[in-house]
Amino acid sequence: MKFGIVRFPGSNCDQDVFRAVTEGLGREATYLWHKSHDLQGVDVVVLPGGFSYGDYLRAGAIARFSPIMREVVQFARDGGLTLGICNGFQVLCEARLLPGALVRNRSLRFRCVEVGVKVENAETPFTSAYEEGQRLVIPVAHGEGQYVADPATLDALEASDRVVFRYVDERGLATDAANPNGSARNIAGIINEAGNVLGVMPHPERVSLAALGNTDGLGVFVSLARAVARSDAEGLTAGGARPAGVGS
Amino acid sequence: MTGAVAPPTHEIEITPELVEDHGLSPEEYERILEILGRTPTIAELGVFSAMWSEHCGYKNSRPLLRTLPTEGDAVVQGPGENAGVIDVGEGWGVAFKIESHNHPSAVEPYQGAATGSGGILRDVFTMGARPIALFDSLRFGSLDSPRSRYLFDGVVRGVGDYGNCVGVPTVGGEAVFDPAYEKNPLVNVMCVGVLPLERLIRGEASGVGNPVMAVGARTGRDGIHGATFASEELDEESTESRPQVQVGDPFTEKLLLEASLELIERDLLVGIQDMGAAGLTSSGTEMAARSGSGIDIDVALVPVREEGMTPYEILLSESQERMLLVARPEHEADVREVLERWDLQAATIGKVTDDGLFRVRENGRVVAEIPVQPLVNECPTYTREGVEDPEVVRLRGMDLSEYRTFGSDESVEDALRTLLDAPTIASKRWIHDQYDTSVQTNTLQGPGSDCAVLRLPAGKRALAATTDGNGRYTYLEPRTGGRIAVAEAARNVACSGARPLAITNCLNFGSPLRPSVYHQLAEAVAGMGEACRALDTPVTGGNVSLYNETGGRPVYPTPVVGMLGVIPDRDLRIGSHFRNAGDEIVVLGITRDEIGASEYLAACHGLVAGAPPALDLEEARRLVELLVAMGEVGAVHSAHDCSDGGLAVALAECAIGARVGPFGIEADLDQVPLEGEVSPAALWFGESQSRVVASCTPRRCDELEDLARAHSVAFARIGRVAEPGSAYEVRAGGHRVRIEVAELSRIYESAIPRRMREEAGLTS
Repeated sequence: MKFGIVRFPGSNCDQDVFRAVTEGLGREATYLWHKSHDLQGVDVVVLPGGFSYGDYLRAGAIARFSPIMREVVQFARDGGLTLGICNGFQVLCEARLLPGALVRNRSLRFRCVEVGVKVENAETPFTSAYEEGQRLVIPVAHGEGQYVADPATLDALEASDRVVFRYVDERGLATDAANPNGSARNIAGIINEAGNVLGVMPHPERVSLAALGNTDGLGVFVSLARAVARSDAEGLTAGGARPAGVGS
Repeated sequence: MTGAVAPPTHEIEITPELVEDHGLSPEEYERILEILGRTPTIAELGVFSAMWSEHCGYKNSRPLLRTLPTEGDAVVQGPGENAGVIDVGEGWGVAFKIESHNHPSAVEPYQGAATGSGGILRDVFTMGARPIALFDSLRFGSLDSPRSRYLFDGVVRGVGDYGNCVGVPTVGGEAVFDPAYEKNPLVNVMCVGVLPLERLIRGEASGVGNPVMAVGARTGRDGIHGATFASEELDEESTESRPQVQVGDPFTEKLLLEASLELIERDLLVGIQDMGAAGLTSSGTEMAARSGSGIDIDVALVPVREEGMTPYEILLSESQERMLLVARPEHEADVREVLERWDLQAATIGKVTDDGLFRVRENGRVVAEIPVQPLVNECPTYTREGVEDPEVVRLRGMDLSEYRTFGSDESVEDALRTLLDAPTIASKRWIHDQYDTSVQTNTLQGPGSDCAVLRLPAGKRALAATTDGNGRYTYLEPRTGGRIAVAEAARNVACSGARPLAITNCLNFGSPLRPSVYHQLAEAVAGMGEACRALDTPVTGGNVSLYNETGGRPVYPTPVVGMLGVIPDRDLRIGSHFRNAGDEIVVLGITRDEIGASEYLAACHGLVAGAPPALDLEEARRLVELLVAMGEVGAVHSAHDCSDGGLAVALAECAIGARVGPFGIEADLDQVPLEGEVSPAALWFGESQSRVVASCTPRRCDELEDLARAHSVAFARIGRVAEPGSAYEVRAGGHRVRIEVAELSRIYESAIPRRMREEAGLTS
């Protein structure tokens, strides 16, 4: 299996995701250049953090128009596993693959801190390696990470267990003090309706290497590897084609 | 002299007023006439003015800087390049340099600080190194002043936004607040990068006929004569200097970074240099000077932002995010391909020659033609007469006896609270929460500790790095201040278990034309040299920022040292804060009756007086050796340098900063090793040098004591780490303090946010 990491001009967590996949998880990863239309047959697409195109208009607003995004959107619509981290989450919202938007932090300042993150749904291809309710410690680093959506959208997300990660305090409670950016209902990460596209504001790739002493984020990549293996196995036992868009 | 080329034509008459406006003395102008053998053109005058400014030419500091040690086993590249480089083993090098952006930040704090970060990043990646960390060493006036809060807020946002966007973590630094910096803040940024040593590249322009290319952002009218501006005093009209401050674009910087590293990795270049201060002029002439070559460029080929720019403007523009490179001729097309892929402008603007001249044309017509060597290497230098300010002599000799004792236990408690609430000592979380500290996944120890510790590509090794400098010490006794800047930085790095290897320095002083300031500069540099030799940490480069004054008052003379060290095994690194309740607390080093120049006097009594603590170089060296040995045997759980606020504050910091804390403390400072009679104030808050607060498990304490004895370092057990959430209970000099650690932690953490609340506009 292979992870594809999109490199937009201004991406700056691309190499961190690469290391998390190759060193932390021990799997193969390749970069997908923004000007290309070739997904190189990858099994998972990751939109990494950074400041794509400088974020000069609005975070993620220009990246969605880059050539590679046409293929990424198609890949995601066809059921391909797609992970957007930080700026990648912003791009996914701009591309309408996820509902809502990420706006400036409530403090109007960039914030980089370790936060408590609770796994609200462990039955996704991104979180199956975790226990439901498990509390992780993962850094956030963003100026525009406040998740907003209209109340109906938020209710629908909650009702369908699509809030996958939530900011919580030491006791696991989604308090205001535990919310680093003012996100609605302490939302840190959401999944699309089909369950194959995840956007998350904290950086799991930064806590995926044993050498750094915290591997709370590695579970996201382990889960993805499992999901791909499972779909490969299903594809084999059924003797039929694998889901469209999921490459070899 | 000019061969076949027609001499430059003169369109503007060079008058004495014009020469003076360019910051050149009549004698310097005479020298220019001699070098050229004729009157300069306006463009040539501009070039000389920039290259012979203090910023580029070091005219007042070069004779002093020559006395610093620059060679050592670890040094691969010493001063004179874009950045210094040291060997960290297994084929890897670390490039690093510190630079100031004081004047631009005083005028426009956000852009001033941002472009400072941009410039130092380029200095490091033009050596072929990938920047892995930034450090900011900052000085502001009191946070009680709205102007200081505005500058502080803007600078922090500027440093943060730039590094955050480029994706280089800001993992350490300092912030000191003192009215001496009210109108002239100091903004020094250090960048550290890693490179495979075989990929090291320099700013050279060799190979006759090789193409010279301008790359990156277009050239505009911003920052013209920034180097000269940086070499003048700030005055009331300085806010009118806004057009001299450039605007940063970290997005373009990120593209430049990736493209440059790709060009270097594929060996497509002969040389590369940032167009920093004095832009095209300094990069072009310095590259030619290093190679003993000449350079012939046509400004009409430089991509510009606006119509009608004169050669003078194009040569001296300091538009940001531009580089000058010399390509290997057979690879010119590959170079273009790489730059185009990264959406960067690239224009071939000239070629390397062998005539030793910096020849500039405009559409073929020569507008400047200057011999490179005298321009770059023969900037007139001045060794001036230094005289110590009698006022400083008076302050240093002041009788401090009334401040050496306390009236009651409560007054000790109040002093401790005041010190923990002093922004210079208090938690800097407000700052570093705005910095990305973990991008690139190398950060093993980030801000808030004695030094930052980063993973290295070289096996299990880790890099320890810090910045340090004490302006108040240097003001009251410059030589001691210079020594301590180096020694404290070495101690901070060694507290992690790292062996200090080399430094970069940034000298922030007032006008060298004042005998009192020149005295400070000469003495401080001498002190730094002494400490560098004693600790075997040579200087690999740096920056000089003079004329830091406003309204006729110089800032405190502030030498800032950026120190690197290497830890052989990252898993053996030592943290700064206590780790376990029940651990023994020990103090290493000797306490003397020293309260002069202390933060205690400044914060609690509003007094800047007395002599700074003495620094015995041999003692400093032995302590560093001991710390390195302690790291190797893994005998301690924590080690923290004792500095501002003395032992009482160091103990509190060890307890408050702990991950699972704040821990309680039970300690008796009467047990610490003393020399002579030591007054209560010195015991609690004195800043005697070469002392460390460490903690270890009780069963390894004897081993530690033996190790200290073997290194001839004084050692004492003074107490133990108590349960988290209990109290700070310390005895010394007939007084006893008991305060809940939760309260101390609250004071320490809220000191800066409380003062910055208005600036934030919001409370969260």
